[in-house]
Amino acid sequence: MNTTNNNQSQAQTSPLLGRTGEPLLTIKNLHANVNGKEILKGLDLTVRQGEIHAIMGPNGAGKSTLASVLTGNPAFEVTHGSVTFYGKDLLELSPEQRANEGIFLSFQYPVEIPGVSMVNFMRTAINEQRKYRGLDQISATDFLRLMREKKELVEMDNKLANRSVNEGFSGGEKKRNEIFQMAMLDPSLSILDETDSGLDIDALRIVANGVNKLKRPDNASIVITHYQRLLDYIIPDFVHVLYDGKIVKSGTKDLAFELEERGYDWIKQEVEETR
Amino acid sequence: METIKNVSVPEVSLSGKLEGLEQQYIDLYKQYHEQIKQHSASVMNLSRDVSFGLFEQLGFPTSKLENYKYTDLKEPLSGEYGLNLNRLKIPVNPYEVFKCDVPGIHSYLYFVVNDGFYPVNDTRNETLPEGVIIGSLSQMAEVHPELIENYYGKLSNTKKDGLVAFNGAFAQDGFFMYVPKNVQLDRPVQLINIMRSDVDFMANSHNLIILGEGAKAQLLVCDHTVDDVRFLSNRVTEVFIGENATYEHYKLENTHTKTTNLSTLLIDQQASSNVLGNIITLHNGVTRNTIEIDIDGENCETLLCGMAIADKKQQVDNFTSIIHNQPNSNSRELFKYVLDDMSKGGFTGKLYVARDAQKTSAFQTNRNILLNKSAKMRTKPQLEIYADDVKCSHGATIGQLDETAKFYMQSRGIPEKEARLLLMYAFTGDVIENIRIDALQDRIKLLVEKRLRGELSNYEGCVICQ
Repeated sequence: MNTTNNNQSQAQTSPLLGRTGEPLLTIKNLHANVNGKEILKGLDLTVRQGEIHAIMGPNGAGKSTLASVLTGNPAFEVTHGSVTFYGKDLLELSPEQRANEGIFLSFQYPVEIPGVSMVNFMRTAINEQRKYRGLDQISATDFLRLMREKKELVEMDNKLANRSVNEGFSGGEKKRNEIFQMAMLDPSLSILDETDSGLDIDALRIVANGVNKLKRPDNASIVITHYQRLLDYIIPDFVHVLYDGKIVKSGTKDLAFELEERGYDWIKQEVEETR
Repeated sequence: METIKNVSVPEVSLSGKLEGLEQQYIDLYKQYHEQIKQHSASVMNLSRDVSFGLFEQLGFPTSKLENYKYTDLKEPLSGEYGLNLNRLKIPVNPYEVFKCDVPGIHSYLYFVVNDGFYPVNDTRNETLPEGVIIGSLSQMAEVHPELIENYYGKLSNTKKDGLVAFNGAFAQDGFFMYVPKNVQLDRPVQLINIMRSDVDFMANSHNLIILGEGAKAQLLVCDHTVDDVRFLSNRVTEVFIGENATYEHYKLENTHTKTTNLSTLLIDQQASSNVLGNIITLHNGVTRNTIEIDIDGENCETLLCGMAIADKKQQVDNFTSIIHNQPNSNSRELFKYVLDDMSKGGFTGKLYVARDAQKTSAFQTNRNILLNKSAKMRTKPQLEIYADDVKCSHGATIGQLDETAKFYMQSRGIPEKEARLLLMYAFTGDVIENIRIDALQDRIKLLVEKRLRGELSNYEGCVICQ
């Protein structure tokens, strides 16, 4: 086991905002390119256990890039900086290793995989995670019980679970399916990338409800969103504004309200002035 | 095996013509045609000289011919192959070689060793329904000449195809199945083609299958090779489907890389009949399957599926032709290929709708995945529609594995290798779904997975049965 884990004395050192949890994720001066273009330009962020961080920002600021980089999407190239997860160098790990270490991404655009059934997909994922952690394969009855339990959590239709992964799902069903998978895999850090986009108000409530029910003192979430709307349901501890590849402003949930009211222009202006 | 004649064929230069290859077989036929006839049945001999004449005229097909443009037979046909024209019994015990326990499949089990029907006394075959005849074509042609005369060569003799003509000249035996009117076989029939020889060897067999009105049968044909020598098989199968009859034809090839497997499957469908063909190439050398289905009655259902998994230098070419001669029938075609390394795939989907075949509905799909830059796929839909009230469509795609789907799976903790495997497996899923024998479907699912993992050994013997 890594040594930073469960070290309570170290965890008591959050100067500014009175943080108490264990640092889960530490991003330092992160730079990343896609197709040779620099999108992240020196991003810093620390996420501790028990915290929910909202990341907001205008289009093209790098929000989804951050999610892709953290989960190891090969289309993105990290050029500088470090990311540690539970003290491990995250950037050294493959996407599947990151997942099995406990990182989960709820995709903005969940992928359809014709011919791979949800059941087979989930069983494979669960067993790979168990293998990674030195556990035996899950028994058929335990698996079915787990599926049933988690389906209820996101009020997912039984029929969906019997279909191919996301194939023919509506936008809302796909997002619900993301949260279902999150519940199944029980991550310690979940990243929700625009989970609210394309959701009607009922679906939004169900999805948010699922996320809230999964919240524990020892896990954390990064919620990437355009709108304050989602944050009515998932109350963040911190709100960060990502602009031009950097976090340019951090605050509490009140910042989200301010952004909703005033837009992003004043932030852009502030940034330009300090340059 | 001293009496097996080795035909010495000169190697051809790269620019050479196949004509150099044909001469050896022409000489052979001229010298030994009496012996060939002597060791076959008179019904089969009736058209033998005509077939030979046609072969003399056509020669072996070259890739310059439109119907053979995806398969170059120059290399496979060069070199020396032995032929067993004197019908010597091949020393092999199929049960020992293959240990056919057929778990879960419970078939009626028959063997063709090289090009001869191999009689075995299998207790499982004793319960064949009354009237059903299964056995050696040449023997049955002597016992039931009136039955076979009406069918033998009726589909194949009109084909202007060098391989079919060659088969007509040299084939002396094969598998015969007759299912009389309204008899429905309760179990699948399994035909295992075994290639067994100590020297490079060529086999020409001719199979004949007749289903009477309202009859029902499932046939599973497995192609296997035993010895580490070059094999060339050139098999022609004629199938006659009576009115209201239902026929399923599964062909599973698991041969070694030194095998050239040339097969021609000719099916004639009468009114209201239902045919399913599923042609699966799991492991092979060079394979050319010609499948031609003539729909000669109204209200027929035809589903032709197939898949190929190839790597190294393997080649798989499926030439398919569905001919709608009568109105109100539906045909559907689905072929999928997964190609790796230097492998080559070819697919032709010929669809002919005659002027009178109104209200035809015909759909064709060919989808291919290339796992590697050096793998090649060539595909060609070929629709000729002369009726004006039809629904026809075709689609062909060649692509790679879906990278976004792969990443999605990895982001759920599934390792890249496993994710690729799941995607390839899923890709072939709809072809495998079209296997209507449950035990066979399960078995093939397992074999495909093993093959995709690179764990399938073609020396295991009969993969279906083990």
